Amino acid sequence: MGGYGDVQMIDENGLRMDGRSPGDIREVTIETGVIPVADGSCRMTWGTNEAIVGVYGPMEAHPRKIQRQDRAVLDVAYNMAPFSTTDRIRPGFNRRSREISKVTKDALESVVLLELYPRSKIRVTIEILSAEAGTRCVGLTAASVALADAGIPMTDLVVSVASGKINDVVVCDLNKEEDNYGEADLPMGILPNSGELVFLQMDGDLSQEEFKQAWDYNMDAAQVVHGLMVEALKGGDSQ
Amino acid sequence: MVMNSGPVARPDNMTKKNGAAGPRGNFRGQSLVVPGEDLGDSEDFEAGHGVIAISGRLKAVKQGRLREKGGSISVDPTHTRYIPRPGDLVIGYIEGCTNNLWFIELGAPFNAILPMSLGPGKVDFGGTRSVMDIGDAVLCRIQEVEETHSSVVTMKGMGLRKIRSGVVEEIDPHLLGRLIGKGGESLRRLKAEADCRIVVADNGRMWIDGELDGILEVRNKLSVISDRNNGGEN
Repeated sequence: MGGYGDVQMIDENGLRMDGRSPGDIREVTIETGVIPVADGSCRMTWGTNEAIVGVYGPMEAHPRKIQRQDRAVLDVAYNMAPFSTTDRIRPGFNRRSREISKVTKDALESVVLLELYPRSKIRVTIEILSAEAGTRCVGLTAASVALADAGIPMTDLVVSVASGKINDVVVCDLNKEEDNYGEADLPMGILPNSGELVFLQMDGDLSQEEFKQAWDYNMDAAQVVHGLMVEALKGGDSQ
Repeated sequence: MVMNSGPVARPDNMTKKNGAAGPRGNFRGQSLVVPGEDLGDSEDFEAGHGVIAISGRLKAVKQGRLREKGGSISVDPTHTRYIPRPGDLVIGYIEGCTNNLWFIELGAPFNAILPMSLGPGKVDFGGTRSVMDIGDAVLCRIQEVEETHSSVVTMKGMGLRKIRSGVVEEIDPHLLGRLIGKGGESLRRLKAEADCRIVVADNGRMWIDGELDGILEVRNKLSVISDRNNGGEN
């Protein structure tokens, strides 16, 4: 959110720098079963973002002190690979990855039926291989596909999309420049079948009308991505 | 399976390709469902395995095939985890031990315990590790499953033993039916063809003992079954 108002990111025809209209999202690719040793896995590309997610479990939770007697615990680890951005990222966890791991865990806990597996643990590992704005959305969306692929019972899939504001125009699915120099960013985690929200963050300022527009863009984009998620999950079976 | 969207997706060209929001009238086609998919009114059908009723609507909670039987609908999941039941024959690995019991990993969400009194033969207090050490594979039976999902296994019984030869292979527990076949016919044929001793446990693991060629043949058969389930070419 640099907020540099002099950077022109929308042309006179209303198109963005990469040729998209304000409501367009970047190209999305979803692939399941990419890690043979994992119980469930997903590789997702969203524009030039790329995430690989592995799900392991439910398994006995270790150490024992983390066990909950009434439900399973979700162990979510989000990490960006050192080569995922142009500036090398120092390997290991940092404050940002801890924050994203936590919000992803909170969003997934809303849909996973954890009470079916007391005292156990479900491990979700999100690895970002290539980053270009919106990696928390890609990570969360891919994690929900990987959980479904692992056969973990869930009440719904989670689709996460972000909208924002650039040059006083609300646009859907910000790319890197728009994220860096835009005025606002609104990532949301949406349950596509019920329209409920499980995750919402906002960076920058939006008026009520702008917030409503960003909300609508996110809800519409969530339906598109959800269709792809369903097709990827159903395509895993040849019969 | 890879799914690609078009170059861009716009709200005005969006379509629901899966029909997820619409209720399903006909379950006979065993269609594939994903978590969250609406399956119709809860008054029409009873919720079976992998299905829950929320606000008068039935919803799938697992990925798999829809099955209708006797007025209830359920989901046969594509991937499953073994859930212990009393009396099940299982193959587990020793994951830890104390002075008087072993912790057994069964591929389930919860480890089982094998008390010294139910172990193989006579074991002295403190001597558990000299009898069976961490990493050893054992053929045992589920004796008891408590409300808290803790399970106790026993090695007292015919054929229950520490596995010292052959290999242990693993497939998803719900695929065992395809391996065994009707009345055990497929498994019997596989044993004869491979000339191997095969013990299939309920937790999806099997002990294969025999010549290398035979073991490889059984392994191939298992990979064919797994690939078919995962949408492979075989």
